[in-house]
Amino acid sequence: MNPFATLREVRDAVQHGTRSAVEVCTEALARIEAHNPQLNAFNTVTRDEALAQARAVDARADRRSLPLAGVPVAVKDNLCTRGIRTTASSRILERFVPPYDATVVARLQAAGAVVVGKANCDEFAMGSSNENSAFGPARNPWATDRIPGGSSGGSAVAVAAGMSPLALGSDTGGSIRQPAALCGLVGLKPTYGRVSRYGLLAFASSLDQVGPFTRTVEDAAIALSVLAGHDPADATSAPEPVADYVAALGRSATGLRIGVPRTLVHQGVDEEVARAFDEALEVYVRAGATLVDIELPSASAAIPVYYLVATAEASSNLARYDGVRYGFRAKAEGGPGAQDDLRTMYGRTRDEGFGAEVKRRIMLGTYVLSAGYYDAYYLKAQQVRTLIRRDYEHAFESVDVVAMPTSPTPAFRIGERVADPLQMYLADIFTVSANLAGLPAISIPCGFTSGSLPIGLQLTGRVFDESTLLAAAHAYERETSWTSRVPVLSNS
Amino acid sequence: MTYEAVIGLEIHAQLQTATKIFCGCSTAFGAPPNANVCPVCLGFPGVLPVLNRAAVDLAIKASLALGCRVNETSVFARKNYFYPDLPKGYQISQYEQPIASAGLVEFAGPDGPRRVQITRVHMEEDAGKSLHEGFADSDRKTYLDYNRAGTPLVEIVTEPDLRSASDAAAFFEHLRSMLVWLGVNDGNMEEGSLRCDANVSVRPVGTTTLGTKAEVKNLNSFRFLQKALEYEIERQIDVLHEGGRVKQETRLFDSATGHTVSMRSKEEAHDYRYFPDPDLPALIVGAARVDAVRASMPELPDARRRRFVAQYGLPDYDAAQLTQTRAMSEFFEAAVAAGAGPKAASNWMMGEMARLLKDGGKDINGSPVTPAQLAGLVALIDKGTISGAIAKGVFETMMATGRDADAIVAAEGLTQIDDEGQILGIIADVIAKNPDAVATYRSGKTATFGFLVGQAMKAAAGKANPKRVNELLKRALETA
Repeated sequence: MNPFATLREVRDAVQHGTRSAVEVCTEALARIEAHNPQLNAFNTVTRDEALAQARAVDARADRRSLPLAGVPVAVKDNLCTRGIRTTASSRILERFVPPYDATVVARLQAAGAVVVGKANCDEFAMGSSNENSAFGPARNPWATDRIPGGSSGGSAVAVAAGMSPLALGSDTGGSIRQPAALCGLVGLKPTYGRVSRYGLLAFASSLDQVGPFTRTVEDAAIALSVLAGHDPADATSAPEPVADYVAALGRSATGLRIGVPRTLVHQGVDEEVARAFDEALEVYVRAGATLVDIELPSASAAIPVYYLVATAEASSNLARYDGVRYGFRAKAEGGPGAQDDLRTMYGRTRDEGFGAEVKRRIMLGTYVLSAGYYDAYYLKAQQVRTLIRRDYEHAFESVDVVAMPTSPTPAFRIGERVADPLQMYLADIFTVSANLAGLPAISIPCGFTSGSLPIGLQLTGRVFDESTLLAAAHAYERETSWTSRVPVLSNS
Repeated sequence: MTYEAVIGLEIHAQLQTATKIFCGCSTAFGAPPNANVCPVCLGFPGVLPVLNRAAVDLAIKASLALGCRVNETSVFARKNYFYPDLPKGYQISQYEQPIASAGLVEFAGPDGPRRVQITRVHMEEDAGKSLHEGFADSDRKTYLDYNRAGTPLVEIVTEPDLRSASDAAAFFEHLRSMLVWLGVNDGNMEEGSLRCDANVSVRPVGTTTLGTKAEVKNLNSFRFLQKALEYEIERQIDVLHEGGRVKQETRLFDSATGHTVSMRSKEEAHDYRYFPDPDLPALIVGAARVDAVRASMPELPDARRRRFVAQYGLPDYDAAQLTQTRAMSEFFEAAVAAGAGPKAASNWMMGEMARLLKDGGKDINGSPVTPAQLAGLVALIDKGTISGAIAKGVFETMMATGRDADAIVAAEGLTQIDDEGQILGIIADVIAKNPDAVATYRSGKTATFGFLVGQAMKAAAGKANPKRVNELLKRALETA
């Protein structure tokens, strides 16, 4: 089978019995084996477990009705998988094996998906390049000297390189959409609360949301139908009924109102990205959509607000990694039998266990929540967050979706921005506000640079209206052929 | 200068739910270490808390009993600090928006009635337990038991309205009995179900500004609370008398020495970096829910005490004793409903029954005698079937065996002798056998009468109707 087959194609083949889940899985594993050494998409490849799951799918009587029958899936390594180590690409969890499955993993498996491995990512999902991984950076299949984006870089690489037609990522400030854009994929961040967070290693709890990477919008709709829904184990998951996202596709763009925040989208955006964005809007107009200029006045503050809220929550969420109950504990100095006192053990464990970016954010967040600074930083940030949400609510009175580039630049070279974390933070400008406002947002391929690097278009929708968002994305996809381009890999 | 103490209490009460506050683990005490744990209460990566509704209802119950306003919106917050028995590195608690505020409690202090305002009631989870002692390698290692981690608690914070150590102890005792009465807390202080910290300062009598306070921890019995406060008040007064200043600090009570010792100063106090827990939506408690909880609440002890006086004509003392616990008051009402006279039932319960239960190491819930059986005993006395003296023995047998009073009376032939001829026969015998005492009585020294009654009762093996014996003996002595 074509390694770049869509989720839908693989699923249909397994449902109809033209391919067995084991055959599909074996091919995916072979592809991973061939390319992972170069791309470093996976922290752990779960060969034996995957084949066992595939055999189980083949044996299931309800195989014909499974929405993800035999579909190989790469799961970001910050989602718990029972019996399979889950590291968050951190040394502190290098050997941590969860005793339970994340709700999304359980849902995928119940739907017939086969987990082929745990995808590389930035440590604890903190980063936009996948360079902050204790296991080394993942590489962009379109240009292996470049970053695939982050934090869900490995997930994007797995799908982009044809290792699996589906991957799970998590998106706190753009961690699904930005790597999707940089790897030429569809990446969906659902509405906050649409998908359970139970089993997702928390980075920033009020922003984190799990979502799929796929090759097409239809695949994203199929995946979301499986992932979405209330989870009694997650008090922030929504009881809202789940729509039929696949049925919502196929709508024409006629009458679709697309909001464009003009003042925002031309700031510091790479020329080729800006051109691709404008061309994408023209495609929409030709297809019958109308463009509406909108203002998101508070969005200019989104980056500082995001880095205050996210780091504050992270500083608390990561406190549990203390070397006491599980995970890494630093060895005391002084040879066998030596023992640190409690404070020393804490300090050394967290110093040796966490990478530089994670420590930077823990320190920022600790400061943000400190007595005397809380009101000026955390509280103020939450207030501005409310303003950002209102900006969008106001915009959605006159538009159906909001369009922006996903990333101001295409994929950059590995190492290029390591020394400048601030520049890295600023590149999140178009993605973070959807998280702050809790809105669903999708990145879809909308062209390539002259150097054949993918460019992404981001659409943001109304809360719990993934149907309109997916339909709008699908309308564009039908008018273009970007999703059919695939990278050429050296030894494939 | 004379000083007065100003005391406020912070009381942690475990809510008596079957499961923990944010997961499904059992809250049962005494399980082997780390038997009642799961990924959620161990703070494993990726887990999330889900609030236990039963804990909320118990917190509402406690809040209503404390006269508090139940807040429609309350918010769980994270209290961040590192300690090995705190699995997540933060405790989920309520901070700026507690579940209830602004209550008032009236209670009987040792020197008269007292009122204490309740600042707030907030919900939180308990931490685990660090075991520093009792293991072969305890010199090098600390063991951890997370069974208690995630147990639901309410923290009840009072205004600084208490003025003496004995008032504080009486308030704590009052609060305990109320929480137990409501079924909110099991009252077990040895197991740590109920714990108390005190904020205490002193100031010259007549002034109104507050002095610098110390927080005294580890006051886990009424006696310790009183002793610790007495010590601490005296210590602070001594400091001021010597021209010093009280330091704001946290002090620990050492029950072995009866002293409080400094634990940490204000400067060393933690910055807990509270912020709203993003994993838990705001807790919304509507009026309907509050009403439903209120409707499910038993009559409170004070109301029941007043009703016992009004409805049963009991003396205040009896009513207060019988409403010490909910079980006692319910036993009493059941006995009355089964036909016992209220005062008779009260006397038996406060007297013989209390004594025998105590001797047997039991409480009212473990009583072998049921309310109906007590009513049966009282009925036998009322009918004159047995005397009060015989009844005591019968009751002892009832408590020992659980048998009915009439069965014991029938089996042991204890029915009272009322027959005049039979009693006169016994009296004749007593007069014949005690000529000296009889002569003394007839010479005008009537003090020997009691002795002669006793002899008659003894001869009747206690079964003779004592009233009849009195009458007939007097007549026999004076008419012969």
